[in-house]
Amino acid sequence: MRFDTVIIGGGLAGLTAGISLQEAGQKVAIVSAGQNAMHFFSGNFEEIGTARERVSALFASAGVRTHSSDGWMLMPMGSMREVSLTLDDVAVFPDKHVAEKALIVNYTGFHDFYGTFLAEALEKNGTTCRIRFVRIPEMEHLRLSPSEMRSVNIARVMDEHWEKVVSDIRVLLKDEDLILLPQVFGLKDLSVLDKIRTAFPARVAFIGTMPPSVPGIRTQMLLKRRFEVLGGTFLMGDEVTSAAMHEGIVSSVTTRNLDTARLFADHFILATGGYFSKGLVSTPTLVNEPLFGLDIDYPEDRNAWYDPDFFADQPYLNFGVKTDESLRAVKDGVPLQNLYAIGSILGNTRKADYGSAAGLAIRTAFAVADTIKGGNV
Amino acid sequence: MKLQEFTASAHNFEECMKCTICTAYCPVVPVNPRYPGPKQAGPDGERLRLKDPYFFNQALKYCLNCKRCEVVCPSGVKVADIIQSARIRYDHTPPRLRDRVLANTDFMGRLARPFAPIVNGVTSLGVTKTVLDVTFAIDRHRTFPKYSGRSFEGWLKRRAKEQAKFPKQVAYFHGCYANYNYPQLGKDFVKVMNALGIGVQLLEKEKCCGVALIANGMSQKAARNAGQNVQALQKAVDAGLTVLTTSSTCTMTLRDEYPELLKVDNASVRDSVILATRYIYQLIESGAAQLRFKENYRARIAYHMPCHLEKLGWGIFSYELLKMIPGVEFTLLDSNCCGISGTYGFKKENYEASQAIGKPLFDQIRSVNPDFVACDCETCKWQLEMSTGYTVKNPISILAEALED
Repeated sequence: MRFDTVIIGGGLAGLTAGISLQEAGQKVAIVSAGQNAMHFFSGNFEEIGTARERVSALFASAGVRTHSSDGWMLMPMGSMREVSLTLDDVAVFPDKHVAEKALIVNYTGFHDFYGTFLAEALEKNGTTCRIRFVRIPEMEHLRLSPSEMRSVNIARVMDEHWEKVVSDIRVLLKDEDLILLPQVFGLKDLSVLDKIRTAFPARVAFIGTMPPSVPGIRTQMLLKRRFEVLGGTFLMGDEVTSAAMHEGIVSSVTTRNLDTARLFADHFILATGGYFSKGLVSTPTLVNEPLFGLDIDYPEDRNAWYDPDFFADQPYLNFGVKTDESLRAVKDGVPLQNLYAIGSILGNTRKADYGSAAGLAIRTAFAVADTIKGGNV
Repeated sequence: MKLQEFTASAHNFEECMKCTICTAYCPVVPVNPRYPGPKQAGPDGERLRLKDPYFFNQALKYCLNCKRCEVVCPSGVKVADIIQSARIRYDHTPPRLRDRVLANTDFMGRLARPFAPIVNGVTSLGVTKTVLDVTFAIDRHRTFPKYSGRSFEGWLKRRAKEQAKFPKQVAYFHGCYANYNYPQLGKDFVKVMNALGIGVQLLEKEKCCGVALIANGMSQKAARNAGQNVQALQKAVDAGLTVLTTSSTCTMTLRDEYPELLKVDNASVRDSVILATRYIYQLIESGAAQLRFKENYRARIAYHMPCHLEKLGWGIFSYELLKMIPGVEFTLLDSNCCGISGTYGFKKENYEASQAIGKPLFDQIRSVNPDFVACDCETCKWQLEMSTGYTVKNPISILAEALED
């Protein structure tokens, strides 16, 4: 099968590049070995830099709403983080004093949302907090199994029965000017978010839960659908098993499912992520990139890979695939001519140019898409 | 320091990192609170079962075996295989009569064929449906698949000589559906293959692939079928034949369930068992053959990829072939389970869950409003036709009707 570009990895980086190229008229295939780190997404596009408007526009075309303004985001454990671009789900506050009085609402038995931590942190910044719990009969079935009281399962119920929770909260609300709710809304029906926001005389803020992330899953589904609507081919649950390379050019890859039906393309983009998704693999003796055997800089002494202080900046997070200036991946000291690396597989190797996390994924995806489009003109 | 270099565990269950992505995509979890979810039923439960079989939970029977958990798992854990293997290993409840009837698709087909018009008439009667519902727990909303008075095997045997004249040959694993219920699919397949200059042969002795037997607690019988099928496939492969299929679920069973669940070694034949759309796509792409279509063919087609085809990763071949037909307006439906899962949806206790699972798909089909739906799975076809009223056609049948006369 022949494509203009084959992207290996269907997370934020791969989908952003795929949509950009498909919009430019390319024929693109994405090979995705299972779902990805979008399912743990906080909703904050860290270090997005100048890509802010471009990503807002691209996401809007997919039906993903973003929120572009500088301010502070309240994290699940109560800390505050500076943000400039977030998913619309995230409440952005002008300063760390988020409100005079806050009502924190959780579901009875939902252990992935930490009201007490939130209250402790907020009270340090002068917000008086009250924590209350709600339960509605439509959610009781989730209690039958000890492991099913999870964000996504609650969100499915909330898409249909959010009004019941709203009326319960109306009864609980006294003179608070802020209501904090877990991010368990709008899995399929995005309009629920606005309906809840406008249902009270107080401001409503949705705060992140433990994974899986409801806004992240929804974003992944919408981006994938946008890519497919544009005519892209998304091969879910498949993985690249080998690549044909000759004189610094990748000509095709094989996948586990398609085996003899090789995927040929002019350009290949490696967006397989970091250690979590096995874009990078560490063994007791080495760190490697398993598909192409690309170059990675890291010390031989394993003790230098990590800092015993768990919260310190961990050296292994700085390991990543080496590239040239245009993000062409380097193998045996030489950049391959048509293989680009984007997203977390770069580790912190390109932090100065592209930042980290979601910013890195999106900015490197745009940079490579532009290079490929430029080359085609 | 001694370090373990590689981990190796049955169905990769040690690789599970408890991310719960599988549970987020499981079609059963949102509709059936009694199902513990793939993570709990699969890798989490496996840890406990390995300690003591006492921890086996009957609720594992609610798993559809749709494999969606495996398709989304970021760590390569064969979640559904863990669950189905646990059912095979620990559940020794004898299957009830209803489940035996539903699962023995080939036996029932042979039994019903001579009396097809009577059987079809009787099973479509309201009173029969009520009786089956009350006495047998087969849901009254279901329409029983129709049986054909003549089997596909008989039809092809009568044409063996003319098929043998083609210079190139393939073998066909038709499955129970094409043989007993809808021989037209087999005939369409033969028509398309002949148009490509290829003759079609039967396998020397084909048995039901056994997927319904596995699902209904008759894995020993399934393994016997598997053993006989591997022998039959081996003979074809030894004769230099590729074995083509038109049912996505039979294909997945022959290729993957035999070694993973039934422990039947199929290594020497696995790569030769291929869904017909894949074979045809690759043949056309390589330039070795071409199909000529009617100039005035027009159809608005919505394609539903069956779960087991998504697991195989071969849906792309089916829909790319459909897109090749001039005059086709194509829509790829969102990835969703239709809810029937073979015999699962026929059972009274699963009817509501089955329809709730399929609802997003039914709704999307109605909003797309195609001329008809395309799908490679016969049980999806029953479910979608009953639940939406739209006709569902196998991509092979669509190719056959679009072929230039």
